[in-house]
Amino acid sequence: MSSNYVAVISQVRPKTSILDKSLSKGRGEVNLSTFALLFSELVQYCQNKVCSVPELQTRLGEIGQEVGVKLIDLYFVREKNCKRETKLLNMLIFIKTTLWKGLFGREADKLEHANDDERIYYIIEKEPVVNKFISVPKDKSSLNCAIFIAGIVEAILNSCGFAAKVTAHWHKGTTYMVQFDENVIARDKQMEER
Amino acid sequence: MARPGTRLDSKKVNSELFTLTYGALVSQLMRDYENVDDVNKQLERMGYNIGVRLIEDYLAKTGSGRCYDFRDTAEKIQTGFRLYLGITPVITNWSPAGDEFSLQFDSSPLTEFVELPDHCLGLKYCNVLTGVLRGACEMVQLDITSMFVQDHLKGDSITELRIKFIKRLEDAIPAGED
Repeated sequence: MSSNYVAVISQVRPKTSILDKSLSKGRGEVNLSTFALLFSELVQYCQNKVCSVPELQTRLGEIGQEVGVKLIDLYFVREKNCKRETKLLNMLIFIKTTLWKGLFGREADKLEHANDDERIYYIIEKEPVVNKFISVPKDKSSLNCAIFIAGIVEAILNSCGFAAKVTAHWHKGTTYMVQFDENVIARDKQMEER
Repeated sequence: MARPGTRLDSKKVNSELFTLTYGALVSQLMRDYENVDDVNKQLERMGYNIGVRLIEDYLAKTGSGRCYDFRDTAEKIQTGFRLYLGITPVITNWSPAGDEFSLQFDSSPLTEFVELPDHCLGLKYCNVLTGVLRGACEMVQLDITSMFVQDHLKGDSITELRIKFIKRLEDAIPAGED
């Protein structure tokens, strides 16, 4: 894939490619209004393409996933000395602390494990930045645009070898429900036994 | 300066989140539309919607009043870039008549991490900005147009946005009111 990729981007590449520059510390900031209005356009655009709330959620989630995939290398190179997490709990803690702090300026409020299903974890955040200026219409009360952030988390987990489905729900603010595949849990148990 | 680990300014957002979100939007548009011209148009339209709302925020934050002339406008647009994108473009290349100028900048949070593949040469990646300017200025009775004449992403040493004054818009007073 890499040789293909190089063939595709060639002639127009700026004199210094992004790989020639050193990695930024990631502390750059833009105004909240800029981001909020861009996100609003993103939601409206997706909304015009679909006819139901679940479809809208799916689309927003997919766009979040695209963002998530690109964050993986950025964060593991910068924060973890290029080493990926291999243990499930460490991975979740990484997301709750390091990733959240980097992206949103603070840790997620809580990380919980479901009592009745060992495959399910919850990441809880009272007020996700994407929901700050969004008022959900009454007829679309199940819509939670933080599904965009759920998409980010899902892509990161999946690409790091922890197959999971992540959804966003209105509960204690927003709760992201992370449901891992059976085999991810089994593998993690095996590792613990060693 | 925020100390590491402290909360970001609550009125600010991490610029990488913004960069990648914009990138995801553009690539979604590239998948949804068949040709790049439509993508450029759509980006402009989205920018327009943003500009129409952003100007309120700008006026509230800066408390700025009317512009005396187009040079004044140029400075206010420059302030807008600083306020909303954290970059300060250079105002340059004024036309003799004073109705046209350029904003030049080398990098922006929109284009961080971005490289254009060859088949996207026609894509105006930052076209959202032309829409923002049109929308924001329209709300303060200024009809302007803008276009990219140089683009860092296409191998130019700098990105140059050319902005042209068209006309002042008259207040439309609803019928029956003075």
